[in-house]
Amino acid sequence: MATNAPATKPKTLKEGYIPPGERLFSPGHRGCAGCGELLAARLVIEAAGPNTIIANSTGCLEVTTTPYPESSWGVPWVHSLFENSAAVASGIEAALKSMGRKEGVNIIAQGGDGSTVDIGLGLISGMLERGNDVLYVCYDNEAYMNTGVQRSGATPYCASTTTSPSGEQSFGNARPKKPMVEIAAAHGIPYAASASVAYPRDLQKKVRKALSIKGPKYLHIHVPCPTGWYADSTNTIQIGKLAVDTGLFPLYEIEFGVVTGVKKSKARPKVEEYLKTQNRFKHLFSKPGGAEVIKQIQAIADRNAERLGLDEK
Amino acid sequence: MAEKLTDGAVVKPASTHVNKTGAWRSMRPVVDLEKCVKCYICIDLCPEGAISALPEKRGVQVDYDYCKGCGICSSECPQKAYTMVPEEK
Amino acid sequence: MSKVTGKKVVIEGSLAVAEAVKYCRPNVISAYPITPQTHIVEDLAQMVADGELKAEFVNTESEFAAASVVFGASTAGARTYTATTSQGLFLMFEVLYNIAGSRLPIVLTCANRAVSAPISIWNDQQDSLAVRDAGWIQVFCEDAQEIHDFQPIAFKVAEDPKVRLPFMTMLDGFVNTHTYEQLELMDPALVDQYLPTYKPVVRLDPAHPMTFGALAMPDVYHEIRYMLNRALMGSAPIYAKAVKEFNETFGRDYTPFLEEYRSEDADVIMMSMGSLCGTIKDAVDELRKEGLKVGLVKLRMHRPLPKAAIRKAMDRASVVAVVEKDISLGLEGIIATDVRATFAGHDGPNVLSYIAGLGGRDVTVPHLKAIMKEAATWKGKESPDEPFWVGLKRDIIPEV
Repeated sequence: MATNAPATKPKTLKEGYIPPGERLFSPGHRGCAGCGELLAARLVIEAAGPNTIIANSTGCLEVTTTPYPESSWGVPWVHSLFENSAAVASGIEAALKSMGRKEGVNIIAQGGDGSTVDIGLGLISGMLERGNDVLYVCYDNEAYMNTGVQRSGATPYCASTTTSPSGEQSFGNARPKKPMVEIAAAHGIPYAASASVAYPRDLQKKVRKALSIKGPKYLHIHVPCPTGWYADSTNTIQIGKLAVDTGLFPLYEIEFGVVTGVKKSKARPKVEEYLKTQNRFKHLFSKPGGAEVIKQIQAIADRNAERLGLDEK
Repeated sequence: MAEKLTDGAVVKPASTHVNKTGAWRSMRPVVDLEKCVKCYICIDLCPEGAISALPEKRGVQVDYDYCKGCGICSSECPQKAYTMVPEEK
Repeated sequence: MSKVTGKKVVIEGSLAVAEAVKYCRPNVISAYPITPQTHIVEDLAQMVADGELKAEFVNTESEFAAASVVFGASTAGARTYTATTSQGLFLMFEVLYNIAGSRLPIVLTCANRAVSAPISIWNDQQDSLAVRDAGWIQVFCEDAQEIHDFQPIAFKVAEDPKVRLPFMTMLDGFVNTHTYEQLELMDPALVDQYLPTYKPVVRLDPAHPMTFGALAMPDVYHEIRYMLNRALMGSAPIYAKAVKEFNETFGRDYTPFLEEYRSEDADVIMMSMGSLCGTIKDAVDELRKEGLKVGLVKLRMHRPLPKAAIRKAMDRASVVAVVEKDISLGLEGIIATDVRATFAGHDGPNVLSYIAGLGGRDVTVPHLKAIMKEAATWKGKESPDEPFWVGLKRDIIPEV
C-alpha cells in the first residue's frame, strides 16, 4: 500500500504510515473485526515502546497474534502456559537483573480475565508479593472467549455465557465480578488501576505512568468483545464507553492503597442503556423478573458510584 | 524449497503482515478528507492499526490490505467523516 | 583413582548438590520448599545470602511458579536451576512439558519421593519416572559423589547448541539427601574450565526481538515434536562425550549410560537405579561368594533410553530381575517395561519385574539375595503378566 509515505520516518501512526513489518504490533492478526482486546494490546505496546519484553498467557490475544510461523509482535514476546505469565515475567526480571541487563527494560505480563482472576490468580499474587518490577495487564472481556464464551470469575452479574446461560430457570451468571483491582491493590503495590479501551488516551497514559514506577503494577482493562457479548462490532467503543459511564466499570487508580484518579461523570446513564446493546443481556428485557435483575445491576453501578465518588456534584 | 521449521517454534517478529486481512471485509470505510479535522481518534481506535496519518496534516488514510471493515472508525469519528460502503466483489 | 586431589569432605547429600550447583554459576535459582528437597534450596539460599553464590534466588508461591520462573529466566538467556520432588514435581507437570518443547536447558534436581495418595514423604522413584515422557534428559545417581559430579555434566549437555534440552538429575530422598557421605568436592576452577558461560542460541532481547511459544497448527506440530525427539535421542552421544571429558578433567571413571558390576559373565542380572544399587552390590558380592553367577546393571541414563547399551550389557544373561521403587499402575515396573521394549525382537533374557521399597520401605541384602535366587528359577519360563512385590506384608492385607 503506502501510496502516501512521509519523508521522515514516523514513530507513531499519528505521525504517518509505518510499514507493518517495522511496527511494535503488526496487522494481519486473526482477531475478530472490532476486537476490543487486540486494540487494547496494540495501544499498550505502543505506549510501552520497543524496550519492552512481554510474557503473554494463552488466550485470544496469544492465539490470534502468533500462528506459526507468523507473529504480530515487534518486541521480544514469550508465551508459556495459560496461568503463568506473571511467574514467567518474574523469571525474566530475575534473569535480566542477574546478567546486568535490566536497566530501562519494561517487563509486561499479560493475559485475559480467565487467566488473571481465575487460574492465574495465585501466580499473580506471588509476583505482586515478591515485588517484581513487572506490569501485569489484564484484558477483561468478561468470559473465557478463546474457548467459546464460558463464564469466568470476571463475568458480570446475570450475563449469559455458554456455561452460565440464561434459560427457563436461570438469569445467567449468578455472581458479581471478582474485584481484581482491589485484590491487586491489597498487596500494597505502588499502582493498580482500571482502564478501558473505549478511553484509549487514558489507557495509554496509565500504561506510561505504571511503567515509570519501579515495582509491581496492575492494570485492568475493560475490552468489549462483540463476538462473545453478541453485539455489533461497530459499537465496540460505544459499548465500552457505556460500561464506564454507567458506573458498571468505573475508571480509577489505587496507589499504595489510596484511591486516586477517579473518572467522574456529570450524568451517569442508566444501566439499561448499556445492557440493551448486547444480546448477552437480552433475556433481562424479555424474561419475567428481568426488570428486577436490571434494578439489581443498577444497584451495583450505584454502589460503585458511592464507593468511588463517581458522580460529579 | 520449503521454509525449514525452527527449534521450539521460535518465530520472527512483526510478521503477520503477510496475512492480508482486508479480504475479510464486507463493508469498507471511506473517509471524506474535507470533514477530517485530524483529531486522529480513528487512528487510536482501529484494532488493526490500519489507519495512519497522511503527510503534511492532510488527514488520514486507510490501509485496505488489512481493514476488516469493523466500522469502529465510522462509529467514533466525531465529524462523521467516514461512510461504510459495501465492498465491491 | 582421582588424579586431582580435591577437597575431601563428609557432608550431607543435599549439600553435595548445592556445592556443585554453586560451582556451575547459575544466574537464577527458583525455590519452593518440599520435603526432602528442602536442604538443597536452603543451602543455596545461604550461599547467596553470604555472597558465595552470585545468583538471583527467587522464592515462589508454588512449584508451578518455581518452574515458570526458571522458564522465563531461561528464555531471557540465563543459566537456571531448581529442585523439587513428588507432589511438587507433579504440580510442575504442565511446565515440564512446556520447558522441553520450548527447548530450554533448565537443570532440575529431583529428590525422589513417593507420591500421594496415600501421602508419604519417604523415598521411592514414582515421581521422576512419572514424568519420563516430557522430553527431559533423565539421569539417576547412586550416591553423594555422583549427584555432585553430575551437576556440571547436566548443565554442559543441556546447553549444548545441538541439544538445548532440560536435564533432570535424581537422587533418593532422605537416603541420599539427608545422609552424610564422604566425597571429594570438585575444584571450582576446573568446573569453570569444563563448563563455560552459557551462550543461548536465541533469547528475549529488545535489540533482537523474537517470538517464543507460537501456536502450531496440524501442518507443523507433528514435525516440531519429531525435532524434539530427534534432539533428545541425539543428546545421548553428546552426553557420553561430556561424561568422558568430565572423567578426564576430574579424574573419575563414570560410564555414561549404565554401570556394570560383576555382570559380564552373570547368568542372573539384577537391574536397578539410584541408591538401591549400593545395597545390590553387597548382595551380589555375597552370592558370588556362594558361587552364584549374578551381577548388577545399574541404569544411569533413563531418558533417552540407551537401548543398545542395555542389550550389550545383558543379552548374554538368562534372566534379568528388574528391581525398582516404582510401578506403572495397571502394568508393572516402568524400567522392566523399558527393558522388555529394548529386547523386543532381539534375542535376550527373560525379564522379571520386582516392585520394591515403595514409600521408603527398606530393601535389604537378604531381600535382594532371595530375589536373585528366585529369579534363577524363571530361566526359560514365560514371565508372568503381573510384577512381584518385594517384602509384601500379606497378613495385613484384607481379602478381596
